[in-house]
Amino acid sequence: MNQEEQIKLLGLWGSPFSKRVEMVLKLKGIPYEYIEEDVYGNKSPMLLKYNPIHKKIPVLIHGGRSIAESLLIVEYIEDTWKTSYPILPQDPYERSIARFWAKYVDQKVMLASWKACWGPEDEREKLVEEAYERLTCLENELGDKQFFGGETIGFVDIAADFIAYWLGIAQEASGVTIMTAEKFPKLQRWSENFVGNNVIKEVLPPKQKLVALFKAQFGNVTSS
Amino acid sequence: MASDQVKLIGAWASPFVMRPRIALNLKSVPYEFLQETFGSKSELLLKSNPVHKKIPVLLHADKPVCESNIIVEYIDETWSSSGPSILPSHPYDRAMARFWAAYIDEKWFVSLRSIQTAEGEEEKKAVLAQVDEGTAILEKAFIDCSKGKPFFNGDHIGYLDIAFGCFLGWLRVTELAAGHKLLDETKTPSLSKWADRFCDDPAVKPVMPDTAKLAEFAQKIFAKPQP
Repeated sequence: MNQEEQIKLLGLWGSPFSKRVEMVLKLKGIPYEYIEEDVYGNKSPMLLKYNPIHKKIPVLIHGGRSIAESLLIVEYIEDTWKTSYPILPQDPYERSIARFWAKYVDQKVMLASWKACWGPEDEREKLVEEAYERLTCLENELGDKQFFGGETIGFVDIAADFIAYWLGIAQEASGVTIMTAEKFPKLQRWSENFVGNNVIKEVLPPKQKLVALFKAQFGNVTSS
Repeated sequence: MASDQVKLIGAWASPFVMRPRIALNLKSVPYEFLQETFGSKSELLLKSNPVHKKIPVLLHADKPVCESNIIVEYIDETWSSSGPSILPSHPYDRAMARFWAAYIDEKWFVSLRSIQTAEGEEEKKAVLAQVDEGTAILEKAFIDCSKGKPFFNGDHIGYLDIAFGCFLGWLRVTELAAGHKLLDETKTPSLSKWADRFCDDPAVKPVMPDTAKLAEFAQKIFAKPQP
């Protein structure tokens, strides 16, 4: 497999996982064929063939072989197209830090903040508290850097795309407030820088469409 | 930089701790092993891994690296000119190694561990069936990844061998306790042979805990409190 072979991406318009891959492909200027997958309806034969283990998007297909799991796909793209817009630092220690925080965002922050928006009413306080804790960790790690990657968007910024864009929309759709400029000024500033980036903003799904999707899929029938 | 002092905070029974130990052995990197006492966390651990407060933590010139598979990649990249490559060289093979390592941690090991907490014969049987399903998937993954060679990584052990092989001790303990073979010549012929080769590897042997000692330890930590 080499750089010349056409990339296909099976994705979902509203998914932060799918968008992570698109962001990296666009940042690196790599052309690709995008195929929208109807995950809420029927999973396509292509998806079932190329991701039989998890049956989830995104899936990258390159030279007839497939790679699943968004952050693994990002590392694959980085390994294959090393020189254009590096996503990971060169130094092994810096790389280990980037991988650590990307994993933390992926496994701890996303789920906690999502659950805080949509979890049951009687658990709301506890879930929001947990989300605050996790976001505080992230806020401290960001510090005064423009991006987690430093002066340019990097692996952790890409991993945290949900925080920069989807979380605000989930808050609007659910009516639950978690991340505010008062509580998390650094993350707020970072979100604005991230979604304001010329390449990133072209990739992000339309806000109102996402609000409607969230309300329909995850909202309670009785919520106001 | 590579010659600065290396320390590893860990515990002899932890499969996750075994991963960086094997990696350091493969690279012939000497290190100081700082054993944590079961049931308590040292000041150094809490300071070095404040986010998760978990072992293993590698300290290289006092800079901490956390998360076992991330530490293994760090070791491979830092001591790249020493010993064999731990990650495969081709980007696709690297992606596959990381994919299966994540599957092992997030799906397979989770079901293995839940055998301990399964209540009653029915639930235990269901969980064991789930583990068996996962192991069958890994048998196929081994055939795909190894391409006829002795290890997931090819001619010598690598990232995925380490990611899975570290669980062999606990796998054997679980087999004994549950009276159910998870890895054997009929169900998983390739993995069965691979397991023996893995345990025999000179980088693995010194750090693979003795099954009997592990079983005794398991008894102690999983002992149900008296009513």
